[in-house]
Amino acid sequence: MTDLIQGLYSEGEKIADTKAPAGPIDKKWTQRKFDAKLVNPANRRKLDVIVVGTGLAGGAGAATLGEAGYNVKAFCYQDSPRRAHSIAAQGGINAAKNYKGDGDSIHRLFYDTVKGGDYRSRETNVYRLAEVSADIIDQCVAQGVPFAREYGGLLDNRSFGGVQVSRTFYARGQTGQQLLIGAYQALERQIAAGTVEMFTRHEMLEVIVVDGKARGIIARDMVTGEIETHLADAVVLASGGYGNVFFLSTNAMGCNVTAAWRAHRKGAYFGNPCYTQIHPTCIPQHGDKQSKLTLMSESLRNDGRIWVPKRAEDCDKDPRQIPEEDRDYYLERIYPSFGNLVPRDIASRQAKNMCDEGRGVGPAVVELQEDGSEREVRRGVYLDFAEAISRMGKDAVSAKYGNLFDMYERITGDNPYETPMRIYPAVHYTMGGLWVDYDLQSSIPGLFVTGEANFSDHGANRLGASALMQGLADGYFVMPNTIRNYLADGPFDKLDESHPAVQEARQSVESRVERFLTMGGTRSADSYHKELGRIMWEYCGMERTEEGLKKAIGMIRDLREDFWTNLRVPGQGRELNQSLEKAGRVADFLELGELMCIDALHRRESCGGHFRAESQTEDGEALRHDDEFAYVAAWEFAGDGDGRMSAPVLHKEDLVYEFIELKQRSYK
Amino acid sequence: MNLTLKIWRQAGPQAKGSMETYQVTDISEDMSFLEMLDVLNEDLTERGEEPVAFDSDCREGICGMCGLMISGHAHGPEVTTTCQLHMRSFRDGETITIEPWRADAFPVIKDLVVDRSSFDRIIQAGGFISANTGAAPEAHSVPVPKPLADRAFESAACIGCGACVAACPNASGMLFMGAKITHLGSLPQGQPERWARVQNMVATHDAEGFGGCTNIGECSAACPKEIPLDVISTLNSDLRKSRSQRH
Repeated sequence: MTDLIQGLYSEGEKIADTKAPAGPIDKKWTQRKFDAKLVNPANRRKLDVIVVGTGLAGGAGAATLGEAGYNVKAFCYQDSPRRAHSIAAQGGINAAKNYKGDGDSIHRLFYDTVKGGDYRSRETNVYRLAEVSADIIDQCVAQGVPFAREYGGLLDNRSFGGVQVSRTFYARGQTGQQLLIGAYQALERQIAAGTVEMFTRHEMLEVIVVDGKARGIIARDMVTGEIETHLADAVVLASGGYGNVFFLSTNAMGCNVTAAWRAHRKGAYFGNPCYTQIHPTCIPQHGDKQSKLTLMSESLRNDGRIWVPKRAEDCDKDPRQIPEEDRDYYLERIYPSFGNLVPRDIASRQAKNMCDEGRGVGPAVVELQEDGSEREVRRGVYLDFAEAISRMGKDAVSAKYGNLFDMYERITGDNPYETPMRIYPAVHYTMGGLWVDYDLQSSIPGLFVTGEANFSDHGANRLGASALMQGLADGYFVMPNTIRNYLADGPFDKLDESHPAVQEARQSVESRVERFLTMGGTRSADSYHKELGRIMWEYCGMERTEEGLKKAIGMIRDLREDFWTNLRVPGQGRELNQSLEKAGRVADFLELGELMCIDALHRRESCGGHFRAESQTEDGEALRHDDEFAYVAAWEFAGDGDGRMSAPVLHKEDLVYEFIELKQRSYK
Repeated sequence: MNLTLKIWRQAGPQAKGSMETYQVTDISEDMSFLEMLDVLNEDLTERGEEPVAFDSDCREGICGMCGLMISGHAHGPEVTTTCQLHMRSFRDGETITIEPWRADAFPVIKDLVVDRSSFDRIIQAGGFISANTGAAPEAHSVPVPKPLADRAFESAACIGCGACVAACPNASGMLFMGAKITHLGSLPQGQPERWARVQNMVATHDAEGFGGCTNIGECSAACPKEIPLDVISTLNSDLRKSRSQRH
C-alpha cells in the first residue's frame, strides 16, 4: 500500500480479474451461464437468500429466485414492494429489438452505452446488458405490462437522448410504474406460493459477515422498532442509489445509502462514488422549504426546444414576447447533429453555463459562491412546445406528453400549452455504487449487488431509458444465473444467532440506535441533511474543482462532528419513529459525502457526469485523460475511530477496451 | 399564509387517538401540502415535541405511499395525490382537518400512518399473470389491438393508494380490485387465468373486511389517477361469467 496521497487516501493492490470469461464478447455471457454451476431443484429449497430492496432489480430478482425454488426473504422500507422508486421512472426502457428497422443491434446498444458512459464502464458487463435487453421486453409483455402500441397491435418505440435509433419502449409517461407493477405482481405471486417471505416496513441496518462471507442482515421493524436478525446463505443488495446525499434530488424521500454503506463498512468496495447524474429536465426549485425536486421525462426533448434569451436584459420578459431572433436555442446551436437530444450530462452542464452567464430565467435564488459569499442567480431555461404544437397539433402533443404537462401545471401553476416550461437540472441517478465483478458479486463473497446500487454498467454517465433496462436485466436474467454458481457450494455451515459475528452486528445496531436516542442535542436530522446537501451541490455537483472539493471535505467533517454531538431524535426506539429512521440515514450520508469528494478530487479529469473545471477542451467540453484515469476507482473502507473515518484505500480496476475504440466523445 | 391544523394523533395501533390543534405560519402557496407538514414537524422537533407521523415517499404522485383525509376529502380538494396537492389550493387563515384513511381493512399504525397490506393480499390472490422468468414468447408474437391495450393501460394506472376505500361509505376496495381485473382481463396474456383470478381476488377482498359496492361513485371521484367507475362493472361482469366457466 502507498503512503497517504494528498493526506486523504492511499493506494492498494489493483483489481486484476473481474471474472469475465475469455473469448469473443458476444459469447462471454453464454459461456458464463454454461460454466456457472447448477443447483438441483431439490437442493434449492434448502438455500436461503435475502434480497434487500424490491424495486425493479430487487423485486424482479426476488420473484425469479422464488420461481426457481430458493427460499427467499425480501425486505423493503416502504409499506409495499409496489412503492419502490423505480416506479417514478417515466420515459422508457431500451431494448435492441430493432423493431423500427433503423439499424439497431445488440452491438449498437452496447456501443451507445459505452460511448454515453464516456468510456468509463466495463465492456463485458455492458455487452451483456445489451444482449439480455430484448428478453426483458418479452418477459414484461408476457406479464401484462401495457406498453404503448400502434394500431396494428404491435409495440411502439421512441427515441431518447444520446442515440440516433428508436429503441425505447414506453407506457405513456409511466413506464417505470408499469414495469415495477409487473415485477411486483410476479413477486406477490411468489409470496402467495410461499417461496418468498416479504418484510415490508423493514430497514436493513447491518450486514452479517461470517468467515469472510455475507451470511445475513440485521434489520429494524419500522413499526414495532424491534431489531431482528435474519440469516441466509447469500445476500443480494438491490437498495437503489444515493442521490439523496444532495438532500434535494429527484429520488423519493426514503431513498438512502444505508444498506450499501453498511456493506461498504464491512468490506465491500465502493466503485466510482463521484459519478452522479444531473438530469436536465426537472422543475426548478421554488424555495428553501422544498423537500424534493421533480423530474419530467427527457422524452420532452424529442419535441420541445430548449432556449434562453440572447440578452440578459430579456430574462425578465414574458417569453412569448421575445421574438425568434432574440432567442438562443443553445443546444441546437452548439451541437447541430444531436441538438436537443445530446446526452444528459451535456444538456445539464450547458443549462448551468447559460444561467452562470446571467441568461437564466424564472425567479432568482440565493446561492453560496466558491468564496463563501452569496449571490442571486436565475436557475431556469425554457423548454418550449410552441413549435411542436403548431407542427403536430395540440391533441397530438397532449397524447404524447399530456400527463407530463399536467404534472408541470400542478406543481408550478403555469400552463405549458400556453407558456414555455421552465426547467433546470437536478440530481437524479448515481452511476457509482458498490463494486461488483462480472457475476455482480461484491468484494464480500456471497454479497451480490444489483440495479442502481452497483456501479457496473453506466460508466460516468447513464443514457436515458437505461436504468430500467439495467434493473430488470440484473434482476430477471443476470443475478439469478450467477448467484447459483455461489449457492451451488451451499448450504453453508448452519449458523446460530449466538455466533460472535452475528452478536457483534446486532450489538452495533442496537448501540447506534441507543446513541441517537440519548444524544439529546438541539438539531434535527433533517437540518443536517439539508446542510450536507448544500455543500455537496455547491462543491461536488455539476462542476468540481480541486479547491472546492478540499473545502467541502473539511466542511463535511465539521458537520459530521457536530451531528454526533448535537443531534436531537425525539420519541422512542420501540415504536414507529421516523426521526430515528432519518438520523441513521443522514449519519451514513455524512460519511458517503466525504468519500464522494475524495473520489472526485482524485480523478483529475472530466468524464461524463464528473466535470472537473481544470480539465476541459477549448470548447468547454469534458476532457478525459485516458492514459491516467481509464480505470474504475474501487474504494476500500479503512476503519474509523472516534467518529473519524480513516483514509480510504483505492483499488484500481483498469478498463481494457478490446472491442470499442476509445474516442473523445462528440455530439456536434 | 397562516393556517390552523387539526390533526389526528394516535400513539400506536391500540392507543386511543384524538384530534390536536396546531398553528403553522409563513407558508408559501408554492409549497406542497406535505412540505407544509414538514415545516410543522421541524417546528415540533425544535420544541422537543414528537413530530406527526405520516407516510410519503416519491412525492411526485406515483408511488401511492401518501394519503390523507384533508377536511373530509381523500387527498384533499383537488383530483391528485396528497403529495401533489399545493398550498395554493387553500386560503390564508383556513382551518384544515387532517386524518388518516379510515377503514377496517386499513388499521391505524400511528398518527396518520395506516396498514394497507390488505391490498397486497388481494394481489397475491390472483392479481398477476403467471409467466416465469425466461418462459416468455417473443413480444410481437401476440399483437394486442390498440383499444384493448389502451383500456388495460388506463386501468393499470392505479397506484394502490387506498383513496377509493377511504372515500367509500362502505370502505369497499372494488375500484382498486376492478382496476386490476380490467387491466389483466383486457389483455390476451391475461385470459388463461381470467375466471380464477376474479373469484380468488373477490374472496380475499371480502375476507379482508372491505365492504361491498353500492354504486355511489365516491371512489372514482376521489381517485388521483381517475380510474373510471366502469372497472367495477367489468369486475362484476367477469365475476358473473366466471361462475359458468370451468377452470
